[in-house]
Amino acid sequence: MPKYTLNIRRFSPETGKPAYFETFDIEMEGHRPVLDAILEARNDQDGSIGIRCSCQAAICGSCGVRINGNPALACNTLLRDAVATAEDGVTIDIEPMGNMPVIKDLIVDMDAVHWKKVDRVVPWLVPAGDPPEREYVVPHEAMVDVTQSMACIHCGVCVSDCLSMEADPEFIGPAASAKAYRFVGDPRDSATKDRLVHLANDPSGIYDCTHCFKCVEVCPKGVAPMNQIMRLRRRATGDYAIKDHNNGYRHEKAFVSIIEKWGTLHEAKLLPDSYGEGILGKLNPDAQKNLIGSLPTALRGLASGKVTIPKVLHHHRLPDIDKIKDIYEKVEGRPERIELNLYIVGDEAEMIDDEPTAPEVVAAAPTEGEGA
Amino acid sequence: MPEHDVLVIGAGLAGQRAALAAAEQGVTVGIISKIHPVRSHSNAAQGGINAALNPDDSWESHAFDTVKGSDYLGDQNAIEIMCREAPDEILHLEHLGVTFHRNDQGLLGTRAFGGASAARTYYVADITGQAILHVLYEQMLKYSDSIDRYEEWFTVDITTDDDGRCSGAIMRNIRDGSLEVFKAKTVILATGGSGQIYKPTTNALVCTADGQAMAYRAGASLMDMEMIQYHPTTLLGNGLLITEGARGEGAHLYNALGERFMEKDAPNKMELASRDVVSRAEQTEINEGRGFPDGSVHLDVTVVPKKRIHEALREIVMVGRDFAGIDITKEPIPVKPGQHYIMGGVKTDVDGQTDIPGLYAAGEVACVSVHGGNRLGANSLLDTLIFGKRSGVHAAAVAKQRNMPDVSASRLDQVRDEIDERINREPGTGRRVSDVKAELGAIMDAKVAVYRDEAGLQEALEVVRRLKEEAKTATIDDKGTVFNQDVLGSIELGYMVDIAETIVLGAIERKESRGAQFRTDFPERNDEEWLKHIDIKLKDGEPTIEYSPVTITQWQPQARTY
Repeated sequence: MPKYTLNIRRFSPETGKPAYFETFDIEMEGHRPVLDAILEARNDQDGSIGIRCSCQAAICGSCGVRINGNPALACNTLLRDAVATAEDGVTIDIEPMGNMPVIKDLIVDMDAVHWKKVDRVVPWLVPAGDPPEREYVVPHEAMVDVTQSMACIHCGVCVSDCLSMEADPEFIGPAASAKAYRFVGDPRDSATKDRLVHLANDPSGIYDCTHCFKCVEVCPKGVAPMNQIMRLRRRATGDYAIKDHNNGYRHEKAFVSIIEKWGTLHEAKLLPDSYGEGILGKLNPDAQKNLIGSLPTALRGLASGKVTIPKVLHHHRLPDIDKIKDIYEKVEGRPERIELNLYIVGDEAEMIDDEPTAPEVVAAAPTEGEGA
Repeated sequence: MPEHDVLVIGAGLAGQRAALAAAEQGVTVGIISKIHPVRSHSNAAQGGINAALNPDDSWESHAFDTVKGSDYLGDQNAIEIMCREAPDEILHLEHLGVTFHRNDQGLLGTRAFGGASAARTYYVADITGQAILHVLYEQMLKYSDSIDRYEEWFTVDITTDDDGRCSGAIMRNIRDGSLEVFKAKTVILATGGSGQIYKPTTNALVCTADGQAMAYRAGASLMDMEMIQYHPTTLLGNGLLITEGARGEGAHLYNALGERFMEKDAPNKMELASRDVVSRAEQTEINEGRGFPDGSVHLDVTVVPKKRIHEALREIVMVGRDFAGIDITKEPIPVKPGQHYIMGGVKTDVDGQTDIPGLYAAGEVACVSVHGGNRLGANSLLDTLIFGKRSGVHAAAVAKQRNMPDVSASRLDQVRDEIDERINREPGTGRRVSDVKAELGAIMDAKVAVYRDEAGLQEALEVVRRLKEEAKTATIDDKGTVFNQDVLGSIELGYMVDIAETIVLGAIERKESRGAQFRTDFPERNDEEWLKHIDIKLKDGEPTIEYSPVTITQWQPQARTY
């Protein structure tokens, strides 16, 4: 029977002592989950190890922890996979999730962070008027689409390692944003525009995300929270043209037009163009506020040599810029926006097996990251 | 001391539905749960929820299927109510925002399910329970002005006044270990099932018979406790649930000889016969050596189109990948019958009222009885919602007529002393709580499972009674107050051994085979002697058996074939 060492971060507020690590040796088959090992340690060695857990099937969302520094559910991370990322090949570090205060051992205060953020998105359906006699008639695809967000189990794994939240604790965050999309994408909801206006203008709203992809990588349910944030942005900019106080709208427009014109990102132009098009645009009060706020960044760029006068004047244009223009024409010429929903399509290879239209859907993938 | 007109204990589907229904009546409501509500085990209901909503379906057809599925032990008045109210409840959920699957016309679409004569199961991929639970929680957030939520509070005891009326409950705040008396004019138990009495089980670690045990100790009757459902498709090894929706989508069951063995037992319904029938068929294949060497039969989902699998069975794709290392679109899943549900529970009428005035029960904790000897797939979500709602409405109406009761402070001191005693037991002086629990799970799964007989049941009774004694001295390690999960486990063990005893007693008492109870020593159904409920209640500290009649309205018992 394989042997594993669990290195569990312990903390009990009653003792007045700082957190410490304690090791537990476990013999268990490698295909068993980390949670089973923790529970065995608790059952046989120390019943005071604190961890929330219930379903043991990645459904209830209780057992989010950090395993060797990476956030995950303990119940669906197998020991053999966990040990593969262990520094010494034997010892599995288990710590509470990040970005949330620790209550005891592996138990964090989700109310203080995650659930407060969920409260901010008006987390219930706002239908227009009285309900119909029968069901609301809505497209099949729309329901499958929001079911991806509905699949969120509020485990907090994405919240744990959200980089933007580390920088701005007020950031609405990946899970609450996915919850917001669950309503924005629901044709039965009548408050779509209000929701988007609010999320776009919130100084710690959807434009606070820096697309680090961490939430997509760690989500145990394939919710891909960052993709939901990008969808919220596309609806805010593309469908409702919401010109927000955070300059998210103009930033996206600037980004898109720079790539169309140059083929690559002209960073020296991105910042000023994001404040507003032309001189008049830059005099817009929101733009001025952002302009002043961005001065330190611009100065750092100059100091480090990332931005130089020659670079500002002579940005290299891609030689095959026509191909870029072709892409723009093709994407913008489509009658409808194609949303990449992994929840529907499964992985690429299987789609190609089953669906002749698959390559086109897959080709839409890069738009997920647009908007810088 | 918190006071509420209506206090709901448990915040899964039944509890949340009850709280919302009560609040709509204009009373003050408190809802308490030992875990955050969205962690509740209602999440695990994957396949869907039944309702005769299509114009070409009828509630009578749904009701008959349920009666037949129950092996005629279900009370037909309650079944009629459930099936009649089902369509409106589905529409209500849809209006609240549940993202039910739609057909090509954008209308609610259905899938087939076991034991049903029509495709009447409404669903959200294979996360139906989760989707409904989360939408109800959205509503709880919306109405947070009228519903006070107590999340991560553990119920230690329900209290009664001098007249024997329920007067509230005593709670431990898990965050800081403090004890509080919650006063209430009416109390609704919605604490879920008891699956942790078994190992393995598809039930979550929180399903520890809390409500059944507290009601039983307070003097309420339990009913049909011997009726334990073994689900036909649980993952070999860890017992994880593989939804019946997989078979609803067309998946097949095979033995090691490559035979679709359901041809023998249910030639018409095949894999979609009632759960008790399919589980017995599988167990027979395994017992008679036609299973795979690892003790499984195979569920083959590969016959379902891939796109459909990804759209409708995504959770099972993940379970296969994460827990069994299997790509279910390419390989069969090794499955066996596993403990899944308890049809029995706290005996209630169709408004959720128990034997104790002012105390209600709804959902898996209760026995109305709509499931009788065997619950049909996708009827449990319906049960929680219909009877959760009815309990909430009735409890609110009764609460309006009453004054706030008094709860004596001495009961609080007594409970505090009991908990301190558990915490202060010296490790080493008794068995570990976890050891006792493990032995309980093993004996129940060995002797009180798909096939039962007198000798095995008597052996189980002896072991359970010994464990009941050992639980009284079992020790824990944690001496703290903040999130002392150890002491909660000790209290839960006490709940479980009490209820395990009633399950075994019921199984010994019922000397026939009906629904989930199959006695190899009494292999036939015996309507003449046993078409009746077995009620168990505590009298002078001893479990006592009584009988109550089965309510028959329009469907006389007949032979049951699929």
